[in-house]
Parts: sequence; structure tokens; C-alpha cells
Amino acid sequence: MIKTTPFTEMHIALGAKMAPFAGYNMPISYSGINEEHQAVRTSAGVFDVSHMGEFMVKGEQALDLIQRVTSNDASKLGAGQAQYSCLPNDQGGIVDDLLVYCLEPGKTYMLVVNAANIEKDWNWISAHNTNGAELINISDKTALLAIQGPNATKILQPLTEVDILNLKYYTFVKGSFAGVEKVVISATGYTGAGGIEIYFEGTEANAKKIWDAIFAAGASSGIKPVGLGARDTLRLEMGYCLYGNDIDDTTSPLEAGLGWVTKFTKAFTARAIFEKQKAEGVKRKLVGFEMVDKGIPRHDYVITDKDGKAIGKVTSGTQSPSLQKAIGLGYVEMPFAALDTPIWISVRDKQLQAKVVKAPFV
Amino acid sequence: MQFPDNLRYTKEHEWVLLEGQTATIGITDFAQSELGDIVYVEIETVGKPLSAEAVFGTVEAVKTVSDLFLPLAGTVTVVNPALENEPELVNSDPYGEGWMVKMTVDNPADFEGLMTAEAYKALVG
Repeated sequence: MIKTTPFTEMHIALGAKMAPFAGYNMPISYSGINEEHQAVRTSAGVFDVSHMGEFMVKGEQALDLIQRVTSNDASKLGAGQAQYSCLPNDQGGIVDDLLVYCLEPGKTYMLVVNAANIEKDWNWISAHNTNGAELINISDKTALLAIQGPNATKILQPLTEVDILNLKYYTFVKGSFAGVEKVVISATGYTGAGGIEIYFEGTEANAKKIWDAIFAAGASSGIKPVGLGARDTLRLEMGYCLYGNDIDDTTSPLEAGLGWVTKFTKAFTARAIFEKQKAEGVKRKLVGFEMVDKGIPRHDYVITDKDGKAIGKVTSGTQSPSLQKAIGLGYVEMPFAALDTPIWISVRDKQLQAKVVKAPFV
Repeated sequence: MQFPDNLRYTKEHEWVLLEGQTATIGITDFAQSELGDIVYVEIETVGKPLSAEAVFGTVEAVKTVSDLFLPLAGTVTVVNPALENEPELVNSDPYGEGWMVKMTVDNPADFEGLMTAEAYKALVG
């Protein structure tokens, strides 16, 4: 049976276009992807992302476990700090990408993982939990809203005692929010537009209280509910990877440009493979590109050189609502990865010219 | 949702307006709403005789791409020039300024075989 979030009924009442995503009935769009996208870039938008998974890792062995299964160095985290990281597999691919939140250094952490990978990640981490860290899957009872955009923190500040206006990027605090206690308020997001994400106990009462308070506070600023459609165009404009599209079990973090979260300061899964890749160089790389010819790149379209020889594949593509041009991410063989290199995208029966550009696109 | 009575419809969600030998074709209000923000309409079949249900172009929304199927056998003569720079007209006015092509129909009587507004409404309702 399809799962719901504590906000599902509200999305339906708002007339959202709903669709199954990672086993959940989720809002894809409300007023239209472009309009929702612009709301986030220019003011503020609210995303229900309660489908995401959350695991608590506790005890004396908590940090040791996290260090062994993730690619980034979680020992650098103090209380109230978060980091982006990967769970590598034994072949040097990626089980999932995730956020690691440090509540108490060495002892208490929260891992936030992709909805589609909750079970896979749980099994993977559990199998590596050989020293008895306490692992708790709190996904089903945890709600998550992302409130993103340049006006987001200003709109939300009156709803909490916590100073969110000055909350530094990738830090978080626990406090009351709109009368709901023990809310994790985190200066993170997947849009590049600024704002916060809030985690709280996902009861219907809490959900309604928080949702109504946010929209009342933001009414005069044009705050809008935003679906997964605009979430995708927003993240793609920033060049952020989407698991299942741009990264998966067969892509290396180094190929994906995630060397910055692959730290050789500790032992972890597939470290030797990544060290070798770093020393010898990778054979393909995830690059950003924009279309020169008219057309829109899509996931799995073949990338070729000018003679039509395949040199890679598109992993994400869209018409960018901010730039009004077609952009994409894709893996190409190394000789084609330099900025401004002309590449061609096979769109149906045609070869359309594109060029490698720097991501973020905006 | 609009279903003008003077038009005929297909199960592929196109509408047809017939005036003599000439038909105007677009996609329905339901189709534009399902696709979401339309960003590109590509039609490169002008002047090519095509059979009914042949693909005559594609429409790209932000998230998806979808084929366009010719409701009647014939030849596309004109593509709506406004869509080049304003594909969003298909969203805002699917039965008016967002029309896609005009075509010469081989056999105007085929029009009667297409779905009426009432039948189409029942299909998508």
C-alpha cells in the first residue's frame, strides 16, 4: 500500500498533482513547476519531504560506525554541525548520499537518507554495525519540511525563539517552532536558495500546526507550497546530484565530483579504490552542460562527439526555469570534460550540439 | 476543465477543428494540465503526407516529453509560429492561441469518426 506523510491530505486539499514517489503519495506540483521554482528563487517555498529517511546512531560506537561506512570525516563535526557525505559500496560505487547530523560528538548522530533507499541503507549500515552501536530507524515517525528561499528565515523567525536569521549554513539547533517542541531546525537544503529544513515528530496535529503557522507568516511575502517537480529543477540548476539519476551503485564519488566529501583521513569502505582513482585519475567525469541547439536533454540520452561516437550519457536534464535555457548533467570521458568542450546530445533521431559549462548553472 | 462542443477529440488528447478541407490541431486542456509547464514544441513534419495516428511532433514540458499524434490522415501545412517563443500559450490557451498545426485533411468525413466533446469528457473525467 502506498505510504503517506502527515501532510498528504493537505496537499490533496490544495489541489496538488500527486504521484507515487519512492512508495509515498507525494505532491509533484501545485500551481505549476515554473511558478513554484520562481517563488523559491525570489521569495520562499515550502516542500514536504517527510518521505526522506532518518536513522539515529547512538552509543560509544556511534562515531566509529559512521566513520567506517561514510566517505566524509564525521569526526570533524561538533554538536550542532551537519555534513554531506556518501555511503560507498565495496566496488567503489555509492549506496546512497546522505546528511550526517552531530547531536553529541562521538555519541549521538542522525543520518538523513533518500526515501527510495531507506531499506537498502538500513540493511547496509546494520550489516556493518559489528561493534554494537545503537541504530534506530525513526523515518516513519519523523516529518520534514524544507522552507527555502531568500525570504525564508525572515518569514519564519517570528515562529521560534531560536535565532534562525544567523544560523550558519550546515549547522542546526533544537528548539520549539510554531508551538511544537523538539524541532531540529537546520540551515540546509537542496535548492541553493537559502532557508532551513525542520525535522519534528510527524503527528497530524504537529503537521497542521506548523504548516498553518508557516503559511500565515509567509502570506504577505508570497510563500508557496512547492512540489517535487520544482525541487528537481532547483537542485539541477545548482548542479546538486540526485541519487538514482546522477549517482548510483555504479558511479564513484570521485567521478561525480564528490571528492570534497571523500576524505582519506580515516578507514572506510572502498577507500583503497578511491585512493587509486585519485592517484591515477578517473576515466569519466560528471559535468554540467547547456544546449547550444534547441532541444531538451533527458536522463539516459546518449552523449557523443562530433562524429556521433558515444562518449557518455545524460543523467539529468531540464529546461532551466531561471535561465530559460536547457541544461543537464552527464558523465563524459575525461578528454571531453573541460569547460567549453563541444559535445552532442542524441535527442530522438537528431544530434544536438551542447557545450560543457560550470555547475552551478545559476 | 474546458471541452468545447465544436471540436472533436482523440484518446491521445488532441483536439480537431474542421473547416472545409482544413483542420486545426492542438492538445486538450486536460493534456496541458497533465504535462505541466510546456517549454518546447517541436514539429518538423510540414509538407509530409502522414497517416492518421502518425507522430507529427513532440511537446516537451519541464519534466516530460510526449509525442504528438495526428488525428486525421493528411498533410501539415502550418505550425503555429507563436509557439517558437511562447510555448506556454499551450498551457494558458490550449484551444485558442496555443493551437499547434493546421493541416489539409485527406478525407474530411473521417472527422465524424473522432470523439465528441461528451465522449472525451467521459474518457478523462
